[in-house]
Amino acid sequence: MTELQLKVLQLLKENSKITAKEIASMLDQEVEAIEQLIQDMEADGTIVKYTAIVNWEKVASEQVIAMIDVKVAPKRGQGFDALAERIYRFPEVQSVYLMSGSYDLSVVVEGNNLKQLAEFVSARLSPLEDVVSTTTHFILKKYKENGVILNDKEKDQRLVVSP
Amino acid sequence: MNIQEKLSPQVKQIPPSGIRKFFDLVVATKGVISLGVGEPDFVTPWHVRESSIHSLEQGMTSYTSNSGLLELREEICRYMDETFALKYSPNNEIMVTVGASEAIDIALRTIASQGDEVLIVEPCYVSYGPCATLAGATPVSVPTYQKDDFKLMPEVLESKITPKSKAIIMCFPNNPTGGVMEEEDLKKIADIIKKHDLLVISDEVYAELTYGKKHASIANIEGMKDRTILISGLSKSFAMTGWRIGFAMAHPEIIAAMLKIHQYTILCAPIMGQIAALEALRNGKCEMDKMIEQYDQRRKLIVKGFQEIGLSCHIPKGAFYAFPNIEATGYEDHQFAEELLKETKVAVVPGSVFGQGGKGFIRCSYATSYSQITEALERIGEFVLPLIDKNKNEQAI
Ligand SMILES: Cc1ncc(COP(=O)(O)O)c(C=O)c1O
Repeated sequence: MTELQLKVLQLLKENSKITAKEIASMLDQEVEAIEQLIQDMEADGTIVKYTAIVNWEKVASEQVIAMIDVKVAPKRGQGFDALAERIYRFPEVQSVYLMSGSYDLSVVVEGNNLKQLAEFVSARLSPLEDVVSTTTHFILKKYKENGVILNDKEKDQRLVVSP
Repeated sequence: MNIQEKLSPQVKQIPPSGIRKFFDLVVATKGVISLGVGEPDFVTPWHVRESSIHSLEQGMTSYTSNSGLLELREEICRYMDETFALKYSPNNEIMVTVGASEAIDIALRTIASQGDEVLIVEPCYVSYGPCATLAGATPVSVPTYQKDDFKLMPEVLESKITPKSKAIIMCFPNNPTGGVMEEEDLKKIADIIKKHDLLVISDEVYAELTYGKKHASIANIEGMKDRTILISGLSKSFAMTGWRIGFAMAHPEIIAAMLKIHQYTILCAPIMGQIAALEALRNGKCEMDKMIEQYDQRRKLIVKGFQEIGLSCHIPKGAFYAFPNIEATGYEDHQFAEELLKETKVAVVPGSVFGQGGKGFIRCSYATSYSQITEALERIGEFVLPLIDKNKNEQAI
């Protein structure tokens, strides 16, 4: 990874709507070079996807999110990977992490309502062979996500013109 | 009663700030994009704010020594040595002030008086001339030019020196031009200053904000330390404008004299600000570097933008201002800023507000988000292109 690639990634992470031309000016590069560099990083999977961070509270949606701690009896020869793969294929599952500590997998699940999530845990996740136990935590409120403070109270307080 | 008669002649003599006048106009317009703000758009780093909150919880709400907390003076001296190789004693060669602003005022009042001339390198921050006048001295403008990258040229300085010249006040990296002085440039200036036995007030509040070469201080040029009052502060580098913490470094006798004015007018800088400054200097370097990197990226974006629009713009090597030349539009700078505001709701500051040499330029601060810069450039472009065409045609006729 070159320093230039890192800088481009930082700018895109900050705002994925920034244009290649703007990046080129900001980093003193040719537009074509930046376009190529971004294309390459998209192609090799360094840049996985461009998305928006949404403050869903503003959308008045019924969306429910749970974080589920899963204890696992790992299979010989496959470790945790085989089970993790089975779990992350479920469309409700947003992320899966292997954890150190008192449980093994952390699974983040999103659903339209409580019932749907309860169904997921009882009918799909728990019955999986090798799942020893699950503990489900519902998210009540989001304060910060992906490094972004939702509902940030810090506004630009500066006067419009100053010395 | 005729109130005007009661006002002091010095106060009557100084004009109200040109920025203020333009400010009123901008405030009356709704929904403007402002490139007119002379302060960071970052909020003071959280750990700095937190340290001040903590000190308040501990009940630290009292006066400090007149020259500032010893701990802070020691920290500033360490920082200045480490960052710019400037060596000053925390005991008697530094004082903490209420912003660089106060340091400018008391430095001028300490050294200048009736009959003295103070050379002011322009375009510059708006307070130098009025503060010199309030001290009773006569400000003398020393212009800098775009063709010299807004550096101070030795022959221009020399041509303005008279037997009454007492001191020169200058600011590099410069507000509003973004011009800087490199060591070789400063050496030539220092020779003239020594030859004419002048003092220097060197406002270096933007010293950290340089892009490319590291800042050079005139106090580091041979034989200059004793002649220099170095002024700086944390407003710009650490995004701490509201805390009002600045400082002056100079010969012990000058500091002692400045301290007399400070002690009888201000007493001391606020303790909450001093505590915050301590934290910023100790642990704020990493966040400062991040801010500088962002300024640098926006600087390139805005300069390129102006060049594409067709406004000539020298590449600012410091501070956070671009200073494009708008003469190609056929407007003078005040008119340009007013029309631009009316037509496109973009606020920029007319260059002549900053004194001689600023005529025909506008100051555009890039201490604002890149998306605002992009939007502003687009609007300025739409406004400027027809003007440039029209002006070209008129000149052809
Ligand atoms: C060149 C210069 N000096 C001094 C100041 C004032 O700084 P402070 O906030 O430390 O009083 C400013 C603020 O815009 C400035 O641009």
